Amino acid sequence: MSSDSIKKTLGVAFAVCLVGSVLVSTAAVGLKPLQIKNKKADLIRNILEVSGLEFNEENLEQVYKENIVPEIIELKTGEKIPESQYTKDLNPDDFDIKTLSESKEYGMPVQVSGNIPDPGIKRMPKYMIVYKVVKNGSVQKYILPIVGKGLWSTMYGFIALNKDLHTIEGLTFYEQGETPGLGGEVDNPKWKALWRGKQAYDENGNLKIEVIKGKVSRDDPDAKYKVDGLSGATLTTRGVNNLIRFWMSEKGYGPFIKKLKGESAV
Amino acid sequence: MMKKYKEVLFDPIFNNNPIALQILGICSALAVTSKMETAVIMALAVTLVTAFSNFFVSIIRKHIPSSIRIIVEMTIIASLVIIADQIIRAYAFDVSKQLSVYVGLIITNCIVMGRAEAYALKHPPVESFLDGIGNGLGYSFVLLTVGFVRELFGSGKLFGYTIFPTVNNGGWYTTNGLFLMPPSAFFLIGVLIWIIRTFKPEQIESE
Repeated sequence: MSSDSIKKTLGVAFAVCLVGSVLVSTAAVGLKPLQIKNKKADLIRNILEVSGLEFNEENLEQVYKENIVPEIIELKTGEKIPESQYTKDLNPDDFDIKTLSESKEYGMPVQVSGNIPDPGIKRMPKYMIVYKVVKNGSVQKYILPIVGKGLWSTMYGFIALNKDLHTIEGLTFYEQGETPGLGGEVDNPKWKALWRGKQAYDENGNLKIEVIKGKVSRDDPDAKYKVDGLSGATLTTRGVNNLIRFWMSEKGYGPFIKKLKGESAV
Repeated sequence: MMKKYKEVLFDPIFNNNPIALQILGICSALAVTSKMETAVIMALAVTLVTAFSNFFVSIIRKHIPSSIRIIVEMTIIASLVIIADQIIRAYAFDVSKQLSVYVGLIITNCIVMGRAEAYALKHPPVESFLDGIGNGLGYSFVLLTVGFVRELFGSGKLFGYTIFPTVNNGGWYTTNGLFLMPPSAFFLIGVLIWIIRTFKPEQIESE
């Protein structure tokens, strides 16, 4: 039979597709557990890094379990969601900012107004996961996820806030696609270290933190509210500034922080 | 016979380099060469995908109807690339985050398709496989050379290890941002082609 007959053509097409799909699905299903494990370990590593806890590759999960308590909050009210209300998509283990932002039930469009900067994303979750760093039963730090657009990519990261609720303890981005060497320097440990000890709010609770262009002058009285920009990466710097100010405002974690302050005052 | 295999395997590195002579697969050569680590993984993935797609296409070459030839080749290539992507995600997670979409884009890499069309359809499996490896090596050679220069001058590092301490980290080397941007790979590939053709003038196209 010639290779060009209709029967043979259909036969070959079918056989190739069948073999191809079997191979692809075997690889996808077979390697899935390993991929999920990698993703989880990566998330944990980033949380621990920004928390400042000591850890190594071996005791990663143990350190996480012993020190970190995740909980889910509603952004608008700052209220903690009780475990009884966890659902398939809304629970600490499967919490995924991307999925929730897109979801009709759990996501909402980002609305900015007044002096709150635009984080560059169109939708955000109504709920957020926050990680409490707990030592001897009392909370030391809060680790808050942040997300927003840089120059090329949507950047995902964490900001760690001291229990005093205005001192920043650390910042990290675990997913970003900025220009390596320029905007990609958001990953540089030296730059990230600049954030430690900066103040997000002033004494009256006004949002003050900002990333400026260039270096912060040493005699600037407001130096504690300012972080150096990344040189050669004006737009990434602006993105970081906008997303941090957005998430620390009343559209982001504002209500949550206000609520915590209320609790500690009582 | 041995000599022929050797030729098939090593010719594409200098004499018939897919990037430098055939000018194929430039796109990914620009995108993934800002660091050695990503360049190595990408080179490895492309080499294996080209070799195996050549191999499988060659095995069924006598049964492929010419009317759906390209679709059959694409199906084979796409399956192999997805498998490669899944493996990288499972075993080299950090690198997979950096390579992101580029692994998937191997499907559209002209080298893979070009070798299946130009070679594997007409030659037996073992030769086709070696041709795939050879062209992959040719691609790797360019990727690694470009990656070496870009990472060294762009960030003062090789494989993430500091070679020149940069000013940002308190050293003396002021990084050259241009090398980190994709256009620099264009210049570097151009220079590379120039060097190869200086030593091998027979590669210069007649005017």
